[in-house]
Amino acid sequence: MSQDIEKKEFNITIYTENQVGLLNRIAIIFTRRKINIDSLNTSPSEVDSIHRFNIVITESEEVVRKLTRQIEKQVEVLKVYYNTNEDIIWQELALYKVSTDVIAEKVSVERLLRENGARAVVIRKDYTVFETTGHREETDNLISILQPYGLIEFVRSARVAIIKNSEGFNTKLREFEQLQPGEEVMENEYLNKGQKVFTM
Amino acid sequence: MEVAQQEIETKPAQETVNITGSAAVLEALIAEGTDTIFGYPGGAIMPIYDALYDYNDRLNHILVRHEQGGIHAGQGYARTSGKVGVVFATSGPGATNLITGLADAQIDSTPLVCVTGQVFAHLLGTDAFQETDVINITTPVTKWNYQVTDANEIPEVMAKAFYIAKSGRPGPVLIDITKNAQIQLFDYKGYTPCNHIRSYRPKPIVRPQYIQEAADLINKAEKPFVLFGQGVLLGKAEAEFKAFVEKAGVPSAWTILGAGAIPTEHPLNVGMLGMHGNYGPNVLTNECDVLIAIGMRFDDRVTGRLDKYAKQAKVIHLDIDPAEIDKNVKSTVPVWGDCKETLPLLTALVEEKQHIEWLARFNDYTRQEVEAVIHNELNPTTDEMTMGEVLKELNALTNGDAVIVTDVGQHQMVACRYARFNQTRSNVTSGGLGTMGFALPAAIGAKYGAQDRTVVAIIGDGGFQMTCQELGTIMQSGVDVKIIILNNHFLGMVRQWQELFNQRRYSFVDIESPDFVALAAAYRIPGKSISERTDLQGALKEMLSTEGSFLLEVNVTKENNVFPMVPQGCSVSEIRLK
Repeated sequence: MSQDIEKKEFNITIYTENQVGLLNRIAIIFTRRKINIDSLNTSPSEVDSIHRFNIVITESEEVVRKLTRQIEKQVEVLKVYYNTNEDIIWQELALYKVSTDVIAEKVSVERLLRENGARAVVIRKDYTVFETTGHREETDNLISILQPYGLIEFVRSARVAIIKNSEGFNTKLREFEQLQPGEEVMENEYLNKGQKVFTM
Repeated sequence: MEVAQQEIETKPAQETVNITGSAAVLEALIAEGTDTIFGYPGGAIMPIYDALYDYNDRLNHILVRHEQGGIHAGQGYARTSGKVGVVFATSGPGATNLITGLADAQIDSTPLVCVTGQVFAHLLGTDAFQETDVINITTPVTKWNYQVTDANEIPEVMAKAFYIAKSGRPGPVLIDITKNAQIQLFDYKGYTPCNHIRSYRPKPIVRPQYIQEAADLINKAEKPFVLFGQGVLLGKAEAEFKAFVEKAGVPSAWTILGAGAIPTEHPLNVGMLGMHGNYGPNVLTNECDVLIAIGMRFDDRVTGRLDKYAKQAKVIHLDIDPAEIDKNVKSTVPVWGDCKETLPLLTALVEEKQHIEWLARFNDYTRQEVEAVIHNELNPTTDEMTMGEVLKELNALTNGDAVIVTDVGQHQMVACRYARFNQTRSNVTSGGLGTMGFALPAAIGAKYGAQDRTVVAIIGDGGFQMTCQELGTIMQSGVDVKIIILNNHFLGMVRQWQELFNQRRYSFVDIESPDFVALAAAYRIPGKSISERTDLQGALKEMLSTEGSFLLEVNVTKENNVFPMVPQGCSVSEIRLK
């Protein structure tokens, strides 16, 4: 039934406690439904001891909505949002390792850098590492340019994304605290930082 | 149980107020009001068992015969007492034997705290003796789990474990404690119960506008219909629920885990939902104009085909778990919240009504079902006994006051259909997971959870043989459990499906059984086996009047089917009476 419904890329943003095993708990929610994760990034957020996951999957909105509720059910998950690509600003980081000799001899490095918004991160005698950030098409583009010149190694990060009209998380967290003030609420300092926590 | 030779580094106790991690676990249990633990010792949990030796006067430990029995007992205890069941198991096989019970408790929202021993922290990940990755194995089947490697963590983690297990939508929690943490001495500052976790929101916010919208729908409804589930019992909202249905005058049907939330004989109780539920509630689901689901999750055994389920109805769904709302059936008005809070708000806004004609429709269907199915099931004319008449006789003798614990299969459906429940927390069964082998150990736990009540386990010949070693637990603990084996010499439910859908290709459903009475006798449990109707009442009386446990085998007709039935993949209104 759901196969006919249009699938598209969704970005799932998850705020969690920093807890061993939580990645597995979250991953299971996808694997048990046989949903492939296209991209997964996790790192500490701007709030101390809170991590932020960014997960990209291709699915129907109906499925994504249910998934986010299941993820939000996990004890250590604070809040989950899902967004389409139109709702977010996102970037991927790519590193390209190429032979310094070849590049110096055959490529107009300056043009290469300008046209692709790239920058050299490391320049050694044997190789040079370039870096670009951007959408998949943009980072792909530089691969196709460098490939003929002996691309030695390439790596790309998972997607990181920021929600365009987000003010949500800090407000939500305040809601959490107001609902059930506990005796030992820790790590509460950031609440006083107001907008600073979630400005764009 | 083989115990590995481990080199235990023991340091002399420092001259402080230190206690061991093991003692801290037991202190936590006492502080949380635990009185009974079900468990099985082994190498990696020996320090906790050693500490338990000194706590014998405050904590009652029941030695089970298998960890699966232990956790089902914990579930039975939790279900009848409304408290958190506590289970101990050792590492490796001990812990993996808990998986079935964890999965069962997870799907049936049963509050449990399981404590498993684990190998020394420095051995983690080395494939040490009896090491398994318990945290990862149990992640999909626990509400929360945590591995403790330092005794200092224990008080806080135990407090969190209990808070998570029992709050919001309850569930099983597993705490895996490495052996070094169990023997480690640490500065114990006392036990502080947990009442808040930053990232955890057990109850969603109640939104008054949805309560209002729900009340408006109910007030305008001509054919409203309530479906209630275990959420009513878990929320301890039986009184609030009764007040609501009585004021709104709405016919109400139950899922099997909701059975007993209002008495079976209540005039607005119109029966059981689902695959083997009653005729009226199933058919009229597709005729009602407003469907009010309370603390139930539209399981596929209840709904049948979703695309043909209550399409004509506006759906109001009350649930504490936001993830349940719109999961299977799209709701018109979602009422997030604990039904103990939301139901009184709703009751205040609904008009006092009696839907006499609508209720009469249910009664019409009941009459049809009685004629086609129930009468024959309860008053058979053949020589052989039916499962239903055993229940009828049992109802008469217990007045519906007993706790009925059932296993899984035909007898379960018959018991749930025909058992009378006058009290809440009387029906203990494996609903969502359908775990054969559940009933015998769960009944042991159920008795500890409701010591002043009669506990009757009703089990099939197949399921009984999955966990019959727990007769040993009954023998040793002296617990009073009445066991009825409804023996049809078949794996009856599978056979029923094979008959109806696989052209009677009876593939491996013919099961031979031991002499159950002799087996019970080997465990010093009295018993009786009957095959004649004339013996039934006397045997049941003997069972109920015997002090302590008793096993009664009733040989029932072999090829009886449970009807009505909504065949798999069919709509609820396609329910078959034969």
